[in-house]
Amino acid sequence: MLREFKVLKSHGRQYINDLRKQPVSEEFRGRPEISADITASEISLVSGLCPAGAIDANNGSIDMGKCLFCNECSFALRDKIWFTNDYRIAAGRRDELVIEPGNSGPLRLNEAYIRKEVRKMFNGALKLRQVSAGGDNSSEMELNASGNVNFDFGRYGIEFVASPRHADGIVITGPVSRNMAEPLNICYDAIPYPKIIILAGTDAISGGLFAGSPAIDRSFIDNHKIDLYIPGNPVHPLAFINGVMDLLGIK
Amino acid sequence: MIKGGIYSEILSNPGSVRIKDIPVLPYEGFIEQTVALLHKENCHCLDYFAVKSSDAYDFYILIANDESHKVLVYSHRQNHGLKELESITKSSFQLHVFERSIWERFGIGFVGHPWLKPLRYPADRFDINTHIAGHPFYSIESEETHEVGVGPIHAGVIEPGHFRFICYGEKVLHLEIQLGYQNRGINNLFPSLKNHLHRSLLAENIAGDTAVGHALAWSLLGESMAGTSYNPRLAIERIIALELERAAVHIGDLAALCGDVAYQTGQVACEALRTIMINTTQDWCGNRFGKGLIRPSGTNYPLTSGKAELIYQRISEVCRRFSEVTDMIFNDSGVTARFENCGTVTARQAFLVGAVGMAARSSGIHRDIRKSHPFLAYHDMSYSIPKSEGGDVMARAHLRKAEALLSMDIICKLIEKHSELCNSEIQEPDYKLQFEPASLGFAVTEGWRGEICHTSLTDDKGQIVNYGIKDPSLHNWHLLALALRDQEISDFPVNNKSFNLSYCGNDL
Repeated sequence: MLREFKVLKSHGRQYINDLRKQPVSEEFRGRPEISADITASEISLVSGLCPAGAIDANNGSIDMGKCLFCNECSFALRDKIWFTNDYRIAAGRRDELVIEPGNSGPLRLNEAYIRKEVRKMFNGALKLRQVSAGGDNSSEMELNASGNVNFDFGRYGIEFVASPRHADGIVITGPVSRNMAEPLNICYDAIPYPKIIILAGTDAISGGLFAGSPAIDRSFIDNHKIDLYIPGNPVHPLAFINGVMDLLGIK
Repeated sequence: MIKGGIYSEILSNPGSVRIKDIPVLPYEGFIEQTVALLHKENCHCLDYFAVKSSDAYDFYILIANDESHKVLVYSHRQNHGLKELESITKSSFQLHVFERSIWERFGIGFVGHPWLKPLRYPADRFDINTHIAGHPFYSIESEETHEVGVGPIHAGVIEPGHFRFICYGEKVLHLEIQLGYQNRGINNLFPSLKNHLHRSLLAENIAGDTAVGHALAWSLLGESMAGTSYNPRLAIERIIALELERAAVHIGDLAALCGDVAYQTGQVACEALRTIMINTTQDWCGNRFGKGLIRPSGTNYPLTSGKAELIYQRISEVCRRFSEVTDMIFNDSGVTARFENCGTVTARQAFLVGAVGMAARSSGIHRDIRKSHPFLAYHDMSYSIPKSEGGDVMARAHLRKAEALLSMDIICKLIEKHSELCNSEIQEPDYKLQFEPASLGFAVTEGWRGEICHTSLTDDKGQIVNYGIKDPSLHNWHLLALALRDQEISDFPVNNKSFNLSYCGNDL
């Protein structure tokens, strides 16, 4: 018992009080910004460099749905492209993940795209089933961390559950490997209506580095309405939790 | 080619050898030599793979000799149209996964293999009509036993895989683990990608929980193949990153082990410490898993004296608290009752399977690449690798504690050493490294699970034509299956977590 008191004393209070305003490291790479005066030759340089094909060769915009947050474009053009440590990077529509040059405003979920039933049904409690479909286990570990003693998203009634029958939606990680295409479909079908789909991490949103691999099958993603896109390599717990809070209308 | 063996011996890690200098043995001789080597306690197989060229199949084997600190490489060659070969697995069981992988890709059967069935159902398998949902599981015809199937999607937030238990009541008689759900064709992407930046990112995504271990194997391999010079500062910084990764995972897994036996105080205390560890990695390179940190021939995130000081302070604090926490965990009878004599893997079993890393060491097989084939700053460090005996969940939990403490000790010592070097030059990454032509290159690192081996084959122009990735999980998954025999099925989660093997690292 004495040992436990000692541990609890050192442990202190680990709970993050305000998940909206929790500071993260300056080095953390969240929402990118591109200078409005980026030139055509600079755009050509970085779009050729980008391993994920996330930079548009015509206008220099960065697609966070493809971006692996490796920072190589910024290393090449430090005064034209930089990644802020803003972790509120979730979007309800795929094209909103594209950041244009000169756009330095915060990204906020557009409420017009949220299906009516989502907030009506789920804003008191949201039970999610997680399917890893070719994920590399880093996004999966970050989703686990979202419920841990520090981040504790359970305070908003958000929780991962063990069965699709108990779930209100599905969180997909990974580019969707061919061998997971069928289990993913079966799992989704087993969730009762209404249900939501969240893509967590760049791999899930666009296939990431694996987009061209013959071993993946994106048909599920292509054929379903996605409710929330949360980029990252992996998705940061604060990005995930803030995204889900935005979707549910939690202030 | 020394002392009766017919092989190329390479003393360095990473290392390389000209393909024309690798002895090609007749298959009978190949079997004889492989079986003789793998029966020695100091030898085990790093990788064994086949490559299809325009006129033949070339089979390469890499064997680590822990005593001579060398890697032995030799090969055999077979014509196209070959349908089957005699299996070596029946004499040296540790090759079972490698023969399955070769058979699955090329359709070359291995006669006498006890377990010849698909390994990971890759998109380029020879028999595209086989499907992962139709896996030929072992079964027992009996009215007294029953089967329990779990997965591919698991109850928690973890990667997919299928576990098929054959039980007698609550007791597990047999467990078969079938993987492949995570296959993304990652090894085939390596040769096809545009440049080394792409490959570096790919290496970090082989297994995200071992981003540093795999990215380091890739970077070391590239540097060795390009003949770049050794940078003492970089050599220290990379080891600090690797040991940060190891300590963070071990602490996190102790949290999960406590969670699996419903010991919440231990769980949350370890979770909080893991958070400090990975946030420290984030303060260094912007990513909690170290993605972006390890690059060929340099780094974008040199360890400044300020960051080194921060790591030192945080580690000191975690170390103090971790000692308190483990003192509490291992003195709790509710925990020890669940850990002791649970899921025992004997030293003999671990040897036969070719087990590596912490799982092997907790069964008394003391393999560690940091000692046997030292790389980077491990060359000139004095420390001893923790040992653990018993092979049960308790042994694995104890070893994780000891290894986490050792990692933190190594980090602190290296930071002291680093303070003299932190003003020395450190270069930016080089994504244009030119690989030595017509060569086989390899790099072996000791990730937190165990040895990671990357191999490359280049053509006459120095282009990568084949890239091999071996995660330690490939060897060790079979240990989990053996650990569960005669155990209560309810002890599966705690056993699984005590190994915490990689699905994506296995499936590629």
